[in-house]
Amino acid sequence: MRARLLAAVALTAVLASTAACGGDDTAAAPSGGSSSAAGASGSITVLAAASLTESFNQIGKDFEAANPGTKVTFSYGGSSTLARQIAAGAPADVFASASPATMKTVTDAGDGAGTPVTFVKNQLVIAVPKGNPKGITSLAALAKSDLKVALCAEPVPCGAAAKKALATANVKVTPVTQEQDVKAALAKVKLGEVDAALVYRTDAKAASSDVDGIEFPESAQAINDYPIVALKSAPNATGAAAFVGYVQSAAALKVLTDAGFQQP
Amino acid sequence: MDLHVTGASLAAHIVVRRAAFTLDVALTAEPGEVVALLGPNGAGKTTALRALAGLIPVDDGHIVLNDRRIDDPAIRAFTMPEHRRIGVVFQDYLLFPHLSALENVAFGPRARGVPRAAARAAAAEWLGRVGLAEQLRARPRQLSGGQAQRVALARALATDPQLLLLDEPLAALDARTRVETRAQLRGHLAGFGGATVLVTHDPLDAMMLADRLVIVEDGRVVQTGDAAAITTRPQTDYVARLVGLNLYRGHSAGNTVVLPGSFPLTTATSQEGDVFVAFPPAAVALYAQQPSGSPRNTWRATVASVSRHGDALRIELVGPIPVAADVTPAAAVQLELEPGREVWASLKATEATSYPAG
Amino acid sequence: MRVRAPLALAVPALVGLAFLVLPLAGLLVRAPWSSLPARLAEPGILAALRLSLLTSTLATAVSLVLGVPLAWLLARTTFPGRRLVRALVTVPLVLPPVVGGVALLLVFGRRGLLGGWLDATFGFTLPFTTAGVVVAEAFVAMPFLVISVEGALRGADARYEEAAATLGASRWTAFRRVTLPMIAPGVAAGAVLCWARALGEFGATITFAGNFPGRTQTMPLAVYLALEQDLDAAIVLSLLLLVVSVAVLAALRDKWIFT
Repeated sequence: MRARLLAAVALTAVLASTAACGGDDTAAAPSGGSSSAAGASGSITVLAAASLTESFNQIGKDFEAANPGTKVTFSYGGSSTLARQIAAGAPADVFASASPATMKTVTDAGDGAGTPVTFVKNQLVIAVPKGNPKGITSLAALAKSDLKVALCAEPVPCGAAAKKALATANVKVTPVTQEQDVKAALAKVKLGEVDAALVYRTDAKAASSDVDGIEFPESAQAINDYPIVALKSAPNATGAAAFVGYVQSAAALKVLTDAGFQQP
Repeated sequence: MDLHVTGASLAAHIVVRRAAFTLDVALTAEPGEVVALLGPNGAGKTTALRALAGLIPVDDGHIVLNDRRIDDPAIRAFTMPEHRRIGVVFQDYLLFPHLSALENVAFGPRARGVPRAAARAAAAEWLGRVGLAEQLRARPRQLSGGQAQRVALARALATDPQLLLLDEPLAALDARTRVETRAQLRGHLAGFGGATVLVTHDPLDAMMLADRLVIVEDGRVVQTGDAAAITTRPQTDYVARLVGLNLYRGHSAGNTVVLPGSFPLTTATSQEGDVFVAFPPAAVALYAQQPSGSPRNTWRATVASVSRHGDALRIELVGPIPVAADVTPAAAVQLELEPGREVWASLKATEATSYPAG
Repeated sequence: MRVRAPLALAVPALVGLAFLVLPLAGLLVRAPWSSLPARLAEPGILAALRLSLLTSTLATAVSLVLGVPLAWLLARTTFPGRRLVRALVTVPLVLPPVVGGVALLLVFGRRGLLGGWLDATFGFTLPFTTAGVVVAEAFVAMPFLVISVEGALRGADARYEEAAATLGASRWTAFRRVTLPMIAPGVAAGAVLCWARALGEFGATITFAGNFPGRTQTMPLAVYLALEQDLDAAIVLSLLLLVVSVAVLAALRDKWIFT
C-alpha cells in the first residue's frame, strides 16, 4: 500500500516537471522563413484534415529532425469531427482544417490562439480506377446513368466543394453514396466499387498506384482554402506556435506542393 | 442362442456392448401377451427397451417384429423409430408440455398423416377410454401423476402399435396411486391386441401385470417363466429375495441335501444331484432352548438383525447357514430377540422343497 | 415476497444503472425541445427511421431463417471441426464492424469473390443498395441469434424428440412441432438482441452499403452526418431512435423471452 502511494507521488512529480519543462522557453524564433524554432521541445498534438495525411506525416518528421527533443503526433479525420472534438475539450495543440467554415466554428468559440493562417489550397479532381476503364474525360461525363459515382457528403469540405463545382458546370450527378470523409470516397474507387469519385488532387496523387486523377476546368471555381491555427488551451503552446510557423516555411511548402497542394 | 422366426409377434436377440457390461438377452412376445423384464437397477433392462424402440441399435443379434427385420446388423437392416409400429410409455411420461392432453394423444396419428380433426376425435375417444374425458384441454403440468400416466398410455396406444413398450410405468407414482393405477393398467393391457414388453424393478408390478417374466441380471437372462414358476422355484438369490424366500444351493442324495459347510437339510422332495432348496421365512420356528425330541433341521443361530415386515418381525440369523425367519411380535418379546441373542432355529422337513438347479 | 437486496449487491447495481442511464438523460436534457416539432417534420428524418426499422426487421428475419438451423446444427449434431465452426460463427461479434464491412466488400463487392459473378450474371451488386444494408446488418447481428438459440437447444431435453420419434414423427416434424415451440423463448430473446444490434449498426453499413438518403442512410448514419453540421439535429435523431427502440423493447413481455 505504501509502495503504491510512493509510486503515485513519484509519477505526479515526473509529470509536473515535464509540464513545467514544456513552457519555460521564451526565446522562440518568430514564425515564417526559418525552418527551426529554438526552444521547442516535448510532445505536440496536431489535429489535421484527412486530406493532409501523407504531407503532414512527412512534415512532422522534418520538424522533429530540425527540432530534436520534439515529438509530433497527428490525429486525422473529417474537419468537422475534429472541430467538434476541440469544442468538447480534446487536448490538442494545433488544428489544421480543410475548410474555413469549420475553422470559423473553432475560432468563434474562442478556442483559437491568434488568427488562423491559410497555408495551402486544394482543388478537386475526378478519381477513377487506374487506366480509366470507363474513359471519363470531363465532369459532364459523370452524369451518365450507368456510372457509379461517389461524392463526399455535403457537410464535409470536399462535398461542399464538389457541390459548388457541379453547380457551376451545371452538371447533375446522382451519387450512389455520400461518404463521410474524402479518404472513404477514395477507398471506394480503389476497391472498384464505384467508377469515379470527386476527391482532392492530393488524394488522387497519394493513391496514384491505384487511381488516376482526371483534371477538370470547373475545379477552379471551388478551391478549398486550408487554414491552420494554434489552439488556445494547447498543453504545449510554444511547440504549437513553432509547428504552425514551420508549416508555413519553404521546406514545408515544398512537401505540400509536391503532394499536389497549391500555394496559398 | 438363436431364435427362429416362427410367427411369433416379437422375436428379439438383443446384444448391446457397454463399458460396464454386455447386454445379451433373448425374448419373444406373442400378440396379446405381456412380458415383463424384471431385474435390479443397472441390469440393462432399459437398454433392451431402447433397442426395441430403435433409439439405440443392437451391436449383435436381431429384432424381428411381425416377420419384419427392424434391426439386424448382419444384413445392415435398421428401421428408424419413427417407422416402427411401436408405442412407448416412458418412465417420466415425457408428455409435451406445450400441448394439451388431447393434442398430446393426437400427436401420433397426426404425425402419421391423419388430418387434424380426425386425429383429435380419435384422441378424445382414447382419453375417454382411460377415464380422462374431462381433462382434454388440460396441460400436462396440471395433471396428477396418475392422470399423466394414463395420458401417456393413451398417447402410445393411439397410434395403433404392433408392440407396446413400457419403461417402469408405475415408478413415478406414490404408493396409493400405484395400487389403483396398476389395476387399471392391467385392464388396458388386457384389451390391447399387440405384444407388450414391460420393464420394471418391482416384482409386484411384474407379477400382477405380466403373463410371463424374464429375469435379467447383469445383462443376462437368469430365469424366465410365469409368476407361479418364479415364486416357487427361484433360480437366483436376487429372485429369491425378491419373492421373499430363503434359497440355498447344494447336493442332494434322496431326501437329504448337503449345503455348503457340510450342513445337511432334510427335505420333503427327493432329488439327485445339484439342487436348489427353498422355504419361506414363516416356515422357520425359533426357540430359546433346543427343542425336545430333536426334530430334523434344527440348529443354533445368532440374531443378526430385527426388522418389521408387514405384521410380523423379520429376524435375520447367522449360523451354519444364514436364514431369515418371520415371528410374531409377541413371540419376539417372549424370546427376548435382539441382535447377538443366541437361539435355536427349526425347520419342518415338509416345508423345505428341493428342485433341480440349472 | 419482497426481497431486500444486500448492500454489496444494491450499490454496484445502482452505479451500473446510473452508468447506463445518465448518458440517455444527457440527451434528454440537451435536446432542443422548442424546435423539436419543426425538426421532426424534416423529410430526411422519417425516411431514415423508416429505412432503419425496415432493414433491421429484414435482417432479423434473415438471421432467423439461417441462424436457427445453424444453431440446431451446432447443438444437436457432431462433426469434425464443430468447435472451430462455432468459433467462426462468433467472429462477427469481436470483429470491428468497419472491418466486417470491408470483408463484405471483398466478397460481395463489384470485384468481389461472389459479387463479381453476381454482377456479370445478373447485372446486380449489393453495395449501395438497401439489400446491402440488410446484408451488413445481418452479418453483425446473426451471431447473437445463433448463440442464443444454441444455448436454448442445449438446455432443451432431447428426450422429447425421442418421444416424438417413437410416435412416428420424422426429424423435421419433431423439430417443428416439439423442439421449436419448447425453445421459443430462447429464439425470441435471440431475435430481440439481433434486432437491436442491427438497428444500431453503423460501421459495416457505411462501409459496405455506403450512405444515400432514403436508400442506405439508416438512422445511425444520419446521426453521424448530422453531427458534422448541427449538434442539435444529431440529438433530435438520436432521441427519435432511442424512443422507438425503448418503445419496442418495453412492449415485449417478460414471459415471451424469459423461460
